[in-house]
Amino acid sequence: MSTTVVQGIGVSAGSAYGPVVRAGNPVTPPDNEAALPAAEVEPLIRGALEAVAKDLENRAASAEDTAASILSATAMLARDPGLADNAVERAVSGAGPATAIDGATQDYVNQFTELGGYFAERATDVRDVGDRAIATVLGVSPPGVPPMEKPSVLVARDLAPAETATLDRALVLAIVTEEGGRTSHTAILAAQMGIPAVVKVSEAKDFDDGHMVLVDGESGEVHLDPPPEVADALVQRRERRNKVLAGSTGPGTTKDGKAIPLLANIGGVEDAIAAGKADVEGVGLFRTEFVFLSSKTAPTVEEQTEIYRKVFEPFGERRVVVRTLDAGADKPLAFADLGSEENPALGRRGLRLSAELPELLDAQLEALSAAAHLTGADVRVMAPMVAIVEEAAWFARRVRENGLPKVGVMIEVPGAALRSEHVMAEVDFGSLGTNDLAQYTMAADRMQGELSDLLDPWQPALLDVIAAACHGASVNGKPMGVCGESAGDPLLALVLVGLGVTSLSMAPSKVPLVRYSLACHTFAQCQRLAHLARSARTAHDAREVVREHASADFTAVL
Amino acid sequence: MTTRTVEIGSSVGLHARPAALFVQAVTASGIAITIARPGGKPAPANSILGVMALGAKHGETVELASEAEGADAVLDSLVDLLKQDLDAEEG
Repeated sequence: MSTTVVQGIGVSAGSAYGPVVRAGNPVTPPDNEAALPAAEVEPLIRGALEAVAKDLENRAASAEDTAASILSATAMLARDPGLADNAVERAVSGAGPATAIDGATQDYVNQFTELGGYFAERATDVRDVGDRAIATVLGVSPPGVPPMEKPSVLVARDLAPAETATLDRALVLAIVTEEGGRTSHTAILAAQMGIPAVVKVSEAKDFDDGHMVLVDGESGEVHLDPPPEVADALVQRRERRNKVLAGSTGPGTTKDGKAIPLLANIGGVEDAIAAGKADVEGVGLFRTEFVFLSSKTAPTVEEQTEIYRKVFEPFGERRVVVRTLDAGADKPLAFADLGSEENPALGRRGLRLSAELPELLDAQLEALSAAAHLTGADVRVMAPMVAIVEEAAWFARRVRENGLPKVGVMIEVPGAALRSEHVMAEVDFGSLGTNDLAQYTMAADRMQGELSDLLDPWQPALLDVIAAACHGASVNGKPMGVCGESAGDPLLALVLVGLGVTSLSMAPSKVPLVRYSLACHTFAQCQRLAHLARSARTAHDAREVVREHASADFTAVL
Repeated sequence: MTTRTVEIGSSVGLHARPAALFVQAVTASGIAITIARPGGKPAPANSILGVMALGAKHGETVELASEAEGADAVLDSLVDLLKQDLDAEEG
């Protein structure tokens, strides 16, 4: 019996195994619905929307905090004069009442979908309001979750907040939706209610009632019809893992107490606020591109200071490692465009661009310095795309002249990694950008999905280059961190630490498993794993040999 | 016609909580006000859907307009509201 495994986005942790129950046959207006006289249709439409608003408010009154505020916000949509006017207008010009509401709803859904991102995720809320109003004018029961008789996994195209907020936790084992996103209301509510959930599983449209599914709200994997014994083993493993992760807190250390700070990668103010609340020891990579990408003119020192202040504040006295502007021909800025290039990844990007336009770098450093003084944050500044000693020295001088005490370089160019001993003598710390380092070591474009095998961070050649960079840093007594994706791989993290990496920066959600992985191994074990990985012939062999020799306490939860 | 131009101060842009607070303030004022992107089609400012559909992000400009008497004071207070980071108070 074969199991299908499909991948979505895990938005609410936990795992479950149970039968599928499909939610929601959408309510559709009848074909060729008859128009009603204006005097009759207007109060019908307005009344239906008002009834939907009242119903949502009643639910809000008996719901918990987050659910209540989401339901009230949805009620506000139902009471929107624009939606009602649009529907009435359509009805007066000859559409049937349900058709008119449907058209008006779709108008807004289309606009929101076009705006993308956050707005697109709100489209579900508008659609739900419209569907409820249509059900009201047609006198049918509202769309949504069917009555459930036994604990089941709820599968839907998408779930509206009104539905999610009122789910019975005892009967809904997990939620799987075809659409949605990380910040959709379904995701927020499911996490709040502690119901495992996976969104954006397009294959879920083919999940029919009665099939068995295994849902992992952490990894986003959904298994369709797994053999029961496999499902049981997996559920137990996941439960063990969740228990271990819940107990994984505090600073990162190896089993024998060597401190390996665990840091967050962030790219904006919202990330900073979220990561500031997370159990991390600071920020290992703050990408500053967003400060520049949205504007047509160079942002002023004052504007930048204000943004940096907002980013630094959530971290109190914890460190924030800032990468200066990393633009180039592949992400051109309106005010710093040096023209198109044949090979943007190998062109005037990162520090090379800053060297051509030093006034941009100076303004950024001045703003970072001002924000550091305003907040008292432990700010450390590093340059992207450093290749040679002279660049490191040039950058270090400029940073220190701006009153910023700690300066570093990204190690993403193999040349800089191989000459790390001299490069690191110029600065206070280094940070390996393993994604770019892999691209340049293997001469494989990061944007080419077909080359992903070459870009595997387990490639022994990449590990050799990392080892060289760490050696050069340790000769100088300087720290060398990793801020590429490889830092978030709990097995590879062991190898990195064994190679001499002194801190790991990753998406905050990956920190707990990496922390647990470190806690299961001594530094000497990490060094042994690093040696085994570098001795392997292939990336695949490197991963396998490390997995095989890692502590059983750790591999039991993988 | 009274008009005002203002940059959106909320870091998340004019949606969610900031949009809801704005629409509530407009509704409470009791006068008819429109909101538009520069050169765009004005939407009634008491419609949360219309306001969100502008898709106005942090730092982008919107124009408020009203024909009503005494609109000056109301528009000034709305400008003050939009300038703030309305999402900042949460959590």
